[in-house]
Amino acid sequence: MDQPAGYLHWGFILISWPNLLVIGLMVVLFGLALVLPFPGHSSSVNEEKKP
Amino acid sequence: MSSAQGEPTGSWTAAARRQLERRLPWENLLPDRQPFYVGSWVYVFGVVTIAALIWVVLSGVVLAAFGPQWWHLSSAGRFVNSLHFWSVQVFFVFMVLHLWGQYFMASWRQGRAPTWMIGVVTFAVSIVAAFTGYLSQQNFAAQYIAINAKDAVNSTGVGGFFNVLNFGQMYGLHVMLLPIAVIALVFLHIIQVRMRGVVPPIE
Repeated sequence: MDQPAGYLHWGFILISWPNLLVIGLMVVLFGLALVLPFPGHSSSVNEEKKP
Repeated sequence: MSSAQGEPTGSWTAAARRQLERRLPWENLLPDRQPFYVGSWVYVFGVVTIAALIWVVLSGVVLAAFGPQWWHLSSAGRFVNSLHFWSVQVFFVFMVLHLWGQYFMASWRQGRAPTWMIGVVTFAVSIVAAFTGYLSQQNFAAQYIAINAKDAVNSTGVGGFFNVLNFGQMYGLHVMLLPIAVIALVFLHIIQVRMRGVVPPIE
């Protein structure tokens, strides 16, 4: 923890491993939010009457 | 002058009240039902961002009340300092996830451009708020960041009135002006969402 982070250097891409890990986790979380069913939700039952 | 209902027609307060009643009815501001398409985890990202902001503000108020010596040297201070830091991480992670979600559903559609633009401005102001926070830590990291940032900030032309080496200015911005701006923008953003409803899926 008391030393600089390691870096991925691939061509013009230069990013620290911790930053890459956070971005990777965000992408995974975004994908899970799209595919995981939402609890207590049944399609078109609770539709709000709104223009 | 009075209208048929007995309300004064020339009064700007009455006109403002009628305008607010028409555009922001209570059933829209505090709804108990949502359209069926809101039943997705993607819509939770914005709410988590607001929850994180509440923690950021609460922990920030405690830090400001007790001061740098407390947040660096006492275990309770270090805990609240960490709470402030990690709440900010959650705030930004979920704000970006919210941004991705709204981008891919083109949520500026059907008159929602103001909602989108206020979100963009909130994101930009939040980055400045976080940056001034890193400069307000009162440790070597803050000095390191300030020294390394000064030339970049000066090159943008704003260095004359935004001096990253001036701790008092950075701390004042971080604990007063920028939090007020972020909270006001988030409030406006939510009002905008409630005025027009959640954007429907792309057909």
